[in-house]
Amino acid sequence: MSERGFIQDRLVPVGSILMVILVIWYIAAYAMNAPFQRDFDRRTDVTRTGTEFLLATMSQPKPTMPAPHQVAENLWKNTLTVKPWSKRSLVYHSWITLSATLLGFAMGTALGVAIAIGIVHIPALDRSLLPWIITSQTIPILAVAPMIIVLLSAIGVTGLLPKALISTYLSFFPVAVGMVKGLRSPDILHLDLMRTYSATKLQLLWKLRIPASVPFFFTSMKVAIAASLIGAIVGELPTGAVAGIGSKLLAGSYYSQTIDIFAALIAGSIVAIMLVSFVDILGRFVNARMGAKQS
Amino acid sequence: MPETVISARNLDLTFETNDGPVHALKDITLDIAEGEFISLIGPSGCGKTTLLRVIADLEKPTGGTMSVNGMTPGQARLARAYGYVFQQAALLPWRTIEKNVGLPLEVMGLDAATRKSRIASNLELVNLAGFEKKFPWQLSGGMQQRASIARALAVEPAMLLMDEPFGALDEIVRDHLNEQLLKLWAKTKKTVVFVTHSIPEAVFLSTRIVVMSPRPGRIHEIIECDLGADRSLDIRETPEFLKIAHQVREGLKAGHSYDE
Repeated sequence: MSERGFIQDRLVPVGSILMVILVIWYIAAYAMNAPFQRDFDRRTDVTRTGTEFLLATMSQPKPTMPAPHQVAENLWKNTLTVKPWSKRSLVYHSWITLSATLLGFAMGTALGVAIAIGIVHIPALDRSLLPWIITSQTIPILAVAPMIIVLLSAIGVTGLLPKALISTYLSFFPVAVGMVKGLRSPDILHLDLMRTYSATKLQLLWKLRIPASVPFFFTSMKVAIAASLIGAIVGELPTGAVAGIGSKLLAGSYYSQTIDIFAALIAGSIVAIMLVSFVDILGRFVNARMGAKQS
Repeated sequence: MPETVISARNLDLTFETNDGPVHALKDITLDIAEGEFISLIGPSGCGKTTLLRVIADLEKPTGGTMSVNGMTPGQARLARAYGYVFQQAALLPWRTIEKNVGLPLEVMGLDAATRKSRIASNLELVNLAGFEKKFPWQLSGGMQQRASIARALAVEPAMLLMDEPFGALDEIVRDHLNEQLLKLWAKTKKTVVFVTHSIPEAVFLSTRIVVMSPRPGRIHEIIECDLGADRSLDIRETPEFLKIAHQVREGLKAGHSYDE
């Protein structure tokens, strides 16, 4: 993609949507903060001009809806002006959540692949396991997460692992479903070909099914890694965790620090974008190495 | 007298489908001797591909017997008695040409040095030397099919089973590959069973032509066809060639192949 192509094809459309979001956000901030401001001004007997009033709604210390620039300022302050390992740093909290995300994602991916291989090879598993796997995802994670945390802490498992397990719970599903599809993607022609070679089941798996499933693998990992992050954040909520993006969200809502909540949300989104992009780039690289036509 | 390598006796095959049973093969009896080039010709639905797949143990007959090298087709497949060339090249898109040719050799568990020399010699044989590192999509359809022939030959089987290997190619490429295949056959002395629905292709290549007729698939006639070694494409203009081609066409007609 040329530089001009990148600007026209990506930056302009994405940038336009960002502008629209910012405009709507500012309007919403004004609309939601105005009643409190009006009330406050009446009680403190302040009269303001229209512009002054507008600016006041955008600079409340604990706004109902923080304005974008307040969130940006908070983000800036808590990432770049404090040491990354300080408890105030969003980098520190993101790292705590990220480590649980990555551990859970690794376990979830391994579990998903193992389940898919089992389902593809053992017809009994295909019939018995798949309905349960689908059912498992219909249970609201917010209901399950506290149970997992409490049960595990009762047997002495605390810290990273319980959160990672919730990530695993959310991330194994897309990988299992995607890999079942991917491992079954070779066409009959290629299966016949391997049969004329009298290939063993292991050779069939290794030389045909797994390479054929690679594009499916990366697509499902993109979904899974985003789900893992959600799982890790949810896992931090019921524990009263002292660190992590989830704990920042929780602390923010206890103390009505809406700006902190939004800053933590944005930090989480940035981590999610980085994770998904990383899987995407890795997938492109692997596909290119496997001879995929450049598009 | 050359040895009989493929022997079918009263072979029957019925597929069970949702629309009821389909009689794909009925009472097929055929002997193929070592070194022969046999074409199976007939319209769609005459069972020519099914017969080839039975030889390859890709389908199981429902009646009669089939023996390949004196063994069951299943044993012959495990003994890697044949190389199979499909209608499409069926190259794995994520493997380079050399890795594709090496695929059956990896499955057989050959060591890297043997694999390398067999890949090189067989790509040489089909005039694809220099394309080792290309991926399949970078090659034309004809080249892909040649690579798939090299892949079948790399197994070093005594027989080649070919299912309309040039059916998807244009006529110019097909002529060229027919000539190459004939040279290859003369050089390697392999037994070839070749499925086609092209009369000129069958007459040009074969030592015997098995004319099949549809519904149920059965052998209508077997036509001897030896136009001598060292024939070139020009032979297709000669009276001998046209006579055999006419005979094949008459056979197909008598077998109701041209009926609606």
